[in-house]
Amino acid sequence: MSQAEFLSALRAVFPPGRLLTAPAALAAYESDGLTAFQARPLAVVIPETQAEVVAAVRACHRFGVPFVARGSGTSLSGGALPIKEGILIALNRLNRILKLDPQQRIAVVEAGVVNAEITKAAAPYGLLYAPDPSSQPVCTIGGNIAFNSGGAHCLKYGMTSNHVLGLKVVLPDGAIAELGGDSLESVDADYVGLFVGSEGLFGVVLEATVRLLPKPETYRTLLAAYRSLEAAGDAVSSVIASGLLPGALEIMDHLSIQAAEAAVKPGYPLDAAALLIVELEGERAQVEAEWARLREVIDASQPYLIKVARDDEERSKIWKGRKSAFSAVGRLSPDYIVQDGVVPRRRLGEALAEIEKLSAKWGIRVANVFHAGDGNLHPLIMFDGREPGALQRAEELASEIINLCIRLGGSITGEHGVGMEKRQYMPRQFSESDMDAMWALRKAIDPLELANRGKVFPDGEAPALRRVGSHPLEQAGVISRV
Amino acid sequence: MRLRGAATKLRPVADGCQLLDMRRLTGVIDYQPTEFVITAWAGTPAAEVQALLAEHGQYLPFDPLLAERGATLGGTVAANACGPERYRYGGVRDFIIGARFIDGNGHVIQGGGKVVKNAAGFDYPKLMVGSLGRLGALVDVTFKVFPRPEAYATLQMSCPSLDAALALLPKLTNCPYDLNAIDIVVNGSNAATLLVRVGGLAAGLPQRMDRVRSLCGGGEIVAGDDEARIWREAREFTWVAEDASVVKVPLTPARIPALDARIQATRRRYSVGGNVAWIATHAPAELDALLTALDLAGLVMLNALGDPRIGRRVSHPFAERVARALDPQHKFG
Repeated sequence: MSQAEFLSALRAVFPPGRLLTAPAALAAYESDGLTAFQARPLAVVIPETQAEVVAAVRACHRFGVPFVARGSGTSLSGGALPIKEGILIALNRLNRILKLDPQQRIAVVEAGVVNAEITKAAAPYGLLYAPDPSSQPVCTIGGNIAFNSGGAHCLKYGMTSNHVLGLKVVLPDGAIAELGGDSLESVDADYVGLFVGSEGLFGVVLEATVRLLPKPETYRTLLAAYRSLEAAGDAVSSVIASGLLPGALEIMDHLSIQAAEAAVKPGYPLDAAALLIVELEGERAQVEAEWARLREVIDASQPYLIKVARDDEERSKIWKGRKSAFSAVGRLSPDYIVQDGVVPRRRLGEALAEIEKLSAKWGIRVANVFHAGDGNLHPLIMFDGREPGALQRAEELASEIINLCIRLGGSITGEHGVGMEKRQYMPRQFSESDMDAMWALRKAIDPLELANRGKVFPDGEAPALRRVGSHPLEQAGVISRV
Repeated sequence: MRLRGAATKLRPVADGCQLLDMRRLTGVIDYQPTEFVITAWAGTPAAEVQALLAEHGQYLPFDPLLAERGATLGGTVAANACGPERYRYGGVRDFIIGARFIDGNGHVIQGGGKVVKNAAGFDYPKLMVGSLGRLGALVDVTFKVFPRPEAYATLQMSCPSLDAALALLPKLTNCPYDLNAIDIVVNGSNAATLLVRVGGLAAGLPQRMDRVRSLCGGGEIVAGDDEARIWREAREFTWVAEDASVVKVPLTPARIPALDARIQATRRRYSVGGNVAWIATHAPAELDALLTALDLAGLVMLNALGDPRIGRRVSHPFAERVARALDPQHKFG
């Protein structure tokens, strides 16, 4: 069967405005948040209903055409990179909130609903959707589910996976499956848990039932400045060891402080080698009691400066600086690579010292902004793509950092996913038999390898042409890479 | 092949199959208190792990069931056996971060890892939760753990009816108070006891309990050993007759009245803020039919006769394909 027949099958479902085949129209979909990769798909379809998504997947299956589902394209691992000989299913218009039940504290949303819209809809009832990736103003819940997105508040409440109760999905052959349900508990194997984070290899999410949490009654946020990165790392260990469970525990190093201050003026001390942000959240009486303990722990860690947010405005200023840090680093360097490896929390100091050494060895600047409480690093490796060989050198340094994370007993990715970017590192973290088992599972679910072909597993299709520079949305300050 | 741990919940019978007894695969493999992560062999008693964690002021926040009767970690994962405090921070699925198991092909598969945040590879550890040993034999499991609340207190409130207790539920679940557990115990057909557990630093606790009491409009505040006993009873099922079958039914609070109207003769308890019904019955077959009619699924957690899965049975192509990959010859299921 020919390409023409396939396209005519799509035409039977999608009107011209929602079936894009002209090169100019396709250009916008060539890359996601990882702009180093680009590929132009055969076509883009823009479904408005779940039935249209299913029809597109079934057409792909009938004609043996691979497909990639995409929300807002904010993936930092190239997870939504199109396939040249396949189609892209753009889900932004599948964006209805089907149900919001404040009494049961659940929302049923379609895949293209933007993360922040769920919290916006829940806010009048004093509820929120907890996972908060930095791209939350634009990223969609479907993408969050595919990649098990994290954010700054995973320490206490976990990642996306911990907030999804039920899923309706279309499998790669067009079969529909309903996994989980609307209760917090279940008596079946946790298929929802397996599906979340499968990076689009198991099919496409149509709708999700997510749990909502009451908005914390109060927040207490402090900023502590240290003369060394190690001292900040040690402070994180003492906070965790003290038995406190902060909502967020973040570190920024000297370079990222400079960048954030230049970009959004959050009022950070510019001479600090490292900043620690700690946020307690919850019920007032409990937070006040925790606050006293936190102050003792922080004082003992000997920061040279402590700043406490006195009101919501000061708190959001602190967070604005933190969340803008990545795009702000763009001011210090024309290009950068961001990694998101994880190390055991007690080895944070060791990891940071090693990264410093690697940075010196390669003569490449590395800024560090990270979810310290989770051991989730975000080294930003800076380079100038116009310089011959600079990208390759930056990538070699990135590869050494990934090896470091594995050697310390961690993971190659904490929240960005494997996607296109880190697939060659999978065999370093997983044994051959683990890789074989994952491949067998993939093949049992999708024998034709239609769904997001070429991702996660090494030796997929040849990588696309590379280019450098940040994502247009990132340049505009809409999203950042955390 | 059939797997068994301490047989505190489901008691697999050989029935022509090879029975694999996991009880001697025991012991903690790796525990660094400052890391808040623990790895242990699947046959390790949950109580042993809880005791070790308690020495360092830590705990498994999902309230493993039947630990005092010897429940193992593997069985706890396979049966998804979590208790009332699951309400606060999540269940077994929310704390398991790594698992090694042997699938039906005889392959050893390591899923997840030992770090609290990890997006690499398929999430096999979660898949094992509630799998009832049908997808493979767990070898070891890794959990993230949390600091244990320094102190607990419970509001115990007698309500004239289940409806009266249910009316208070949304007030509690939607308020910004940090509540560890919310259970409703039904005593006969005309009365119910609402139990609200709060944990945290001792300093803020009295004030927090006062607020819970005024939100509910009454009740008695219990602390100390009496308080611990209330929740131990739920975890260890001391509230049911020894020979009764105990069925777990996941649901939402809105579905409780329709179910409750049909099980007036049984002892029952609504746990996890109305997300789980625990029903003690001497007639599991009748309950099976009732649950099917109400479109609810159930699991006979204690004293099952035959297949513990009752009520609505979901079969979907995703589950079939997962089973085909992990256990193509139906060694386990």
